[in-house]
Amino acid sequence: MDVSRTYDVLILGGGNAALCAAITARRAGRSVALLECAPKHFRGGNSRHTRNFRCMHDAPSDGLTDTYPEEEYWQDLLKVTGGETNEKLARITIRFTATCRKWMAEHGVRFQPSLGGTLHVSRTNAFFLGGGKALINAYYRAAEALGVEISYDTEVTDLNIDDGRFMSALAVRHGIEQEVRAKTVVAAAGGFEANLAWLREAWGPAADNFLVRGTPYNVGRVLRILLDKGAKSIGDATQGHCVAIDARSPKFDGGICTRVDCVSLGVVVNESAYRFYDEGEDFWPKRYAIWGRLVAGQPNQIAYSIIDAKSVGKFMPPVFPPIKAATIGELAVALKLDASVLESTIGQFNAAVRPGTFDHTVLDGCATEGISPPKTHWARRIDTPPFFAYPLRPGITFTYLGVTVNERAQMMLQDDRPSPNIFAAGEIMAGNVLGKGYIAGIGMAIGTAFGRIAGEEAARCAA
Amino acid sequence: MPPSAIPAALVEEGQRMASICNACRYCEGFCAVFPALERRLSFAEGDLTYLANLCHNCGSCYYACQYAPPHEFQLNFPKMLAEVRGESYKKYAWPATLSGLFQRNGRVVSLITAASLVAFVLAMLFFSDPSALFSAHSDSQGSFYAVFPHRAMAWIFGVIFLMVTAALIMGSVRFWRDIGEEPATFLSPGPFAKSVDDAARLIYLGGGGDGCTYPDDKPSYARRRFHHLTFYGFMSCFAATGVAPVYHYVLGWSAPYPFWSLPVMLGTLGSIGLLIGPAGLLWLKERRDSALTADSQTGMDVAFLVLLFIVSLTGLLLLVLRETAAMGTLLAIHLGVVMGLFITMPYGKFVHAVYRFAALVRFHVERRRPSPGLSAE
Repeated sequence: MDVSRTYDVLILGGGNAALCAAITARRAGRSVALLECAPKHFRGGNSRHTRNFRCMHDAPSDGLTDTYPEEEYWQDLLKVTGGETNEKLARITIRFTATCRKWMAEHGVRFQPSLGGTLHVSRTNAFFLGGGKALINAYYRAAEALGVEISYDTEVTDLNIDDGRFMSALAVRHGIEQEVRAKTVVAAAGGFEANLAWLREAWGPAADNFLVRGTPYNVGRVLRILLDKGAKSIGDATQGHCVAIDARSPKFDGGICTRVDCVSLGVVVNESAYRFYDEGEDFWPKRYAIWGRLVAGQPNQIAYSIIDAKSVGKFMPPVFPPIKAATIGELAVALKLDASVLESTIGQFNAAVRPGTFDHTVLDGCATEGISPPKTHWARRIDTPPFFAYPLRPGITFTYLGVTVNERAQMMLQDDRPSPNIFAAGEIMAGNVLGKGYIAGIGMAIGTAFGRIAGEEAARCAA
Repeated sequence: MPPSAIPAALVEEGQRMASICNACRYCEGFCAVFPALERRLSFAEGDLTYLANLCHNCGSCYYACQYAPPHEFQLNFPKMLAEVRGESYKKYAWPATLSGLFQRNGRVVSLITAASLVAFVLAMLFFSDPSALFSAHSDSQGSFYAVFPHRAMAWIFGVIFLMVTAALIMGSVRFWRDIGEEPATFLSPGPFAKSVDDAARLIYLGGGGDGCTYPDDKPSYARRRFHHLTFYGFMSCFAATGVAPVYHYVLGWSAPYPFWSLPVMLGTLGSIGLLIGPAGLLWLKERRDSALTADSQTGMDVAFLVLLFIVSLTGLLLLVLRETAAMGTLLAIHLGVVMGLFITMPYGKFVHAVYRFAALVRFHVERRRPSPGLSAE
């Protein structure tokens, strides 16, 4: 970054949305500087951990099967958000995904058929070859080749905003604070999920037991500054994408491999060794996103997924080995649970299992009767040793609290005027479309659509 | 069964890394390694040597890896596989007592080559008239055999060829058994044909569409192109060597053959490939991202490439200068390095071709078996 000049477009952030904005603005002929707070190795924000994005399409292509029309996409989004979405912005995103794959491919992104164990999204989600980091690498190469000035290890510490108009940014690099001037700014710096203090503010002490599945660099600095300086907020600080992940995962940055996919095959107990939710409510891909919250609601935010030998090899292999024991009592000891309570929980569960034909690929008829909570599908007795357990904790992936935008990606001010030269894209504004709940691949869809819109609008504004 | 030779710490590290990859699976589209890995829930030593030899070391997975260093998982999957691969060469070497030749292989190959060069010069001085060795001969005089009897040449290379073939076959048998396959499955026609196709086109140096990330993170087809020149150059020279005995014994034509004859044409084209290919591969290797190089193997790789280069260089010089007084000396040098190349084939970088091909066959054999797979969740 060159502090002596005034850039046309300044991009805050270095993930998918930031790069889409940077490349678009640069291709429109504008001078562009991009400030990424992570070092080069960890560049890309949470996009680094993604693997696909949800695509509207009317014919199979790029690994996508069948068709996924706009209306179905919209209904899926409406269902998970319970209406906490802006239809206009949602439909812009959806329509964008129908056409943006060509642009992505032109900038080096490659697609592949859905990965092993992810057949359920082969129709709706286009997978990036090599995952999100490969996509990010391709975009950085494209951005560099186009002449976007990229600055790593550069954290934005303040923004000079005058009556909703961006003037300059203060950024610290290698301990030196400098002022970067630009005609327009695109805020694409993600949410605050890695800011433990902010999570605690929203969730209370329970947040101390959360694991942050994504990048440690999303501490919400830019979001905080914008909210403090007149941006109209959207969403609720406790809303986010939060799944139950292996409790042994790293505090930050564990990514995809920390998932545990055997919940629907067994039972889940809390630290008192009691079950607390229907493990077989629906297919796991439709339920995994609620289990982070469910575990967050349990004492000390810990739970244990327990299966028996029948389920081995029937789910995606987790990264950590299971805790294994020959009897339920021994398993309880290994998990430091009360053995008699766990034996009685499993005993009652086993006694409640009704006969049925187990089939994990359909909503089968295997259910319990007479216990609460019930297990409504895939209920099989846990009776075949050895027994296995995976400890679970809430793993927060991204947060939905953000800034409101309009259809031109302009950031809205508290008095409902759009800022003349502040644009927002990606997770920092995803709450406009996804206010609640989660569907796979929506984050990258929003980031790509609004990243490109923000880049285009900023380029026009800086002309 | 060959003795377990891979250091336990390396196997453990391999198992740790493979478990992370199996849980992540993002790299599935790059090559055959990840689909093969996903068929497994645990990774025995034989599984790791299989995956290691299936890996073409293109680097795409490393650059795409969200867990690559400095991430705390310290996942450098291709480098680990390269180390396992190096160890597996020792493990499967036949006879086992010679597996030590893979230790400091660069030096070993250089010494053996130097020794065979000296042996050839001495043999020529012994077999032929020293005055013939250092004077010019016309092609019509059967220049080569004027300095070195055909019979001796045929015997020496015939015996070495048989020994090398035996060692390579035994090595691949040991590999095939250790990864858990029955001998008969190796010759399954479908998988075998598919593997020939994969190897002939080097599809796994394609990195999933834009070339492999070699020598750095930018996808490029440079490595595939240089490898093609090397491989087809080698095959062309090999074919020349195969045609020449037919000329000699069947047709009764004595070498040296005219420039436009089949052996010379094949040899010349092959040698040109074997000059440019290895030189290009060396040039790329020099620029290779150090994060991905297994230092213990650089010597082996370089020695093989340099040897190929010298073989083709001396061969071409011999062609050009064969009617001059330098011919005798050049012939001794050329035959010496060719012999060095042949002797070290089962104990150097060449074995990668054998094990990688076998691993490809295993991959295609396995693909035709029902997947132990997971229900569609």
